[in-house]
Amino acid sequence: MTTRRLFVKSSAMAMLSMGFAPAFLARAAEAAGSRPRLLIAIFQRGAADGLNIVVPYGEAEYYRLRPTIAVPRPGTADAAALDLDGHFGLHPALAPLKPFWDNKSLAIVHASGSPDSTRSHFDAQDYMESATPGVKSTSDGWLNRYLASTAVARNPLRGVALARQMPRSLQGPSPALAIGSVAEFAVRGGAGASFEAAYLRGADAALAQSSAEAFEAMRTLQRAAAAPRVTSATVAYPRSPFGQALREIASVAKADVGLEVAFAESTNWDHHVNEGGASGQLALRVDDLSRGIAALAADLGERMADTVILTMSEFGRRAAQNGSGGTDHGHGNAMFMLGGPVRGGQVYGRWPGLREDALFDGRDLAVTTDFRDVFAEVATAHLGADRSALARIFPGYTSTTRLGLLRT
Amino acid sequence: MNVSLTRTLPLALATLAVMIAWSASPTAAPEIPADAASVRHALSRLTFGPRPGDVERIQQVGLERWLNDQLAPGSGDNAALKTRLAALETLNLDSSRIARDYIIPAREARRARQQAAQPGAPSTANPQADLPPEMRRPPAGPATGQRQVIEELATAKLLRAAYSDRQLEEVLVDFWFNHFNVFAGKGREPIFITSYDRDTIRPRVLGRFRDLLGATAQSPAMLFYLDNWLSTSPDASQALARMRTRRPPGAQAAPNAVRSAGLNENYGRELLELHTLGVDGGYTQLDVVEVARAFTGWTIDPRTQGFRFAPALHDNGSKVVLGQRIAPNGGISDGERVLDILASHPSTARHIATKLARRFISDTPPPALVERAARRFRDTDGDIREVVRTIVTSPEFFAADTVRAKVKTPFEFVVSAVRALDGDIRNARPLLRALQELGMPSYLCQPPTGYADTADTWLSSGALVSRMNLALELGSPNSRALTVASLKDDAARRQVALTLGSPEFQRR
Repeated sequence: MTTRRLFVKSSAMAMLSMGFAPAFLARAAEAAGSRPRLLIAIFQRGAADGLNIVVPYGEAEYYRLRPTIAVPRPGTADAAALDLDGHFGLHPALAPLKPFWDNKSLAIVHASGSPDSTRSHFDAQDYMESATPGVKSTSDGWLNRYLASTAVARNPLRGVALARQMPRSLQGPSPALAIGSVAEFAVRGGAGASFEAAYLRGADAALAQSSAEAFEAMRTLQRAAAAPRVTSATVAYPRSPFGQALREIASVAKADVGLEVAFAESTNWDHHVNEGGASGQLALRVDDLSRGIAALAADLGERMADTVILTMSEFGRRAAQNGSGGTDHGHGNAMFMLGGPVRGGQVYGRWPGLREDALFDGRDLAVTTDFRDVFAEVATAHLGADRSALARIFPGYTSTTRLGLLRT
Repeated sequence: MNVSLTRTLPLALATLAVMIAWSASPTAAPEIPADAASVRHALSRLTFGPRPGDVERIQQVGLERWLNDQLAPGSGDNAALKTRLAALETLNLDSSRIARDYIIPAREARRARQQAAQPGAPSTANPQADLPPEMRRPPAGPATGQRQVIEELATAKLLRAAYSDRQLEEVLVDFWFNHFNVFAGKGREPIFITSYDRDTIRPRVLGRFRDLLGATAQSPAMLFYLDNWLSTSPDASQALARMRTRRPPGAQAAPNAVRSAGLNENYGRELLELHTLGVDGGYTQLDVVEVARAFTGWTIDPRTQGFRFAPALHDNGSKVVLGQRIAPNGGISDGERVLDILASHPSTARHIATKLARRFISDTPPPALVERAARRFRDTDGDIREVVRTIVTSPEFFAADTVRAKVKTPFEFVVSAVRALDGDIRNARPLLRALQELGMPSYLCQPPTGYADTADTWLSSGALVSRMNLALELGSPNSRALTVASLKDDAARRQVALTLGSPEFQRR
């Protein structure tokens, strides 16, 4: 607990020392000019419990439905919700992100999710990453379709996942990279030159292109890795795989190698048993998430001016706790959006409430914002995709709601 | 070109080859070349890659005879393979045993562990409690049961692909499992997946398509994976309530499953789109619903973990599927009737012929060949053996632009490397991990489409670098995976690594 408090303090100081404030960020964004805008997508795999993460403490039903795992109302306990707007509060383990709410660079979209009602992790993740709910035959992911929709030259460093397998979101025709770490992305044993020569010499055009891109990306990243790292001593990533993935993303972003879309995963959100409230299993995961994101933002520094960090999870969890002190699979959930371009300090989306007649199927938080509305705004208002490209990035979908999440 | 190559062979040899071919197969298809290059090509497509000496061995037998043997594998003893498989204890167990001994204990241990990790429990109870969950070491014992089941199955797949004498059968098991894909990472799927591979897919890969289709439709693995076990008539809530109270202990429904009455279209849709007609096969959303209705009540018996038809959950109304009326009160025969309609539909013949041709010929197979293979499918009532024979004995198969037209999938890459080295797999784990890093862990393909069979999926920059590193690892004297007798010195090892990592070796 002490370490967390200490961290909050130090990261707040770090932000202060960097002058991290929206007005400054807006200016820095203009100054950045042609540098690509950056999206860092974070997938919380396992269906995070949005109701305990962004707590509707103003609603009596919440406490009735969750007698032992509810997060206490602000000010009613040592560890209690951190008030946002008089109705919602952040889980206390999200304290590291509270300064971003206060300086209006953190927005939340609550009761967001998929129009498809599946409660299967794998289907729902698939639908969210392909951004085609209900359609399983989609072969590529929405982030890759965004990359493919632009006229930028082929460069696998435009889309980088810090993951061993290419996540569904980044699969597709546009080159992208999935790597465990920058250091791992190298041919071992000094054999790189021999392989490179063999591929260049070979008559195999398709393989020659892939390998040329690989070796080029490798050299670019190695040059960047060789440059002295300027990470502030006050930036402390969690030592979890998630924290380390974010650290790698920051180093690729700061290397200015053309990164536009980065992807990281946060795992283990599936709490059917003993989820806990202000402390416990969920709190540990939230702690890892929030310390990671706060460190990432501090590490990126002024680069946050043209960066959006977006969190997503395949669905939310039941409004009521189950018989084992956990929650079963539900529907609506909360998404976070953080960064200089974000119109923060606000919970977006229509709140349907938790009264029984408002619940989806009589049990789950209803979805009032299609997750694709959020994605589409990021693609156009942030990444700068042409509106005419939306039909290709989100096939079969016409976004009808402008949430206004981003300054444009 | 093939003809001229054949002519260059010594006359006696050619005559011998023809004689053997005639005696082995009276239904012999068009001319099959017998030169070394053609044999190597055939090996690269009908096996998981040539081993040292394979080309010469097959030239002695004759390519056509070898091909016929592969298409109709006898009961060859495969003794070396059997020895290697013997240590895998879950391979021959039935689903109820796997559930009882491996999956349920693992789930209970996990639950107990989660209880112990509860806030408030003394921290000495769980020394790893402060670590984020992904950094905790899994405890030894029954909690690893589920992992063991999947790992043993994946190990067996690797060993069979590397060492089985019935190579074409293994290639087709890989093809058909992928066609009727299920995902071991979904909930209770590991209970069913060993039997699915062994009892559902494997015995039917060279048989009739309708039999294979029917077996997958009734397999608990598919019923669970595509949720049909939950699909009921909308009026079945009372029957469901009765069944709930009768459920034996230890056989509870998946906690995540919302077992309420109603139709689940998941299987119906994939059956049409992926298993039979193909996405452009000419069906409508209405057909999806009608097919789903026909399969209501096809579910899993919680006691045996086997297939069960539950009449009380079935929608007994009449249905219309692809314009054909199915009379009311057909019970289980509704689903069988749908499978008959689909298996004999021309779109299915074309879809299956296309996929097989893509596997054996090229990513964009010649339309004329696909048409011949589809016709063969229709003429033989979906005899897979004959469709495959049509493809692999065709002039297109031996055409110059077919040779090396395919990029190996990661699985093909790994296994062909083992075979090319004549390597002795001492420890499959590093190879399984390599497959995961290359993006193709066996039995863990999430979407029902299965893994892609085209080059663009497998040619990404990161994957290519991983292949180079794996090549270096396999050639290394410290390789934990393989023993390669022929590698005596560093120069030889280096040469092997460069060969396995070369552009040529990425193709077949």
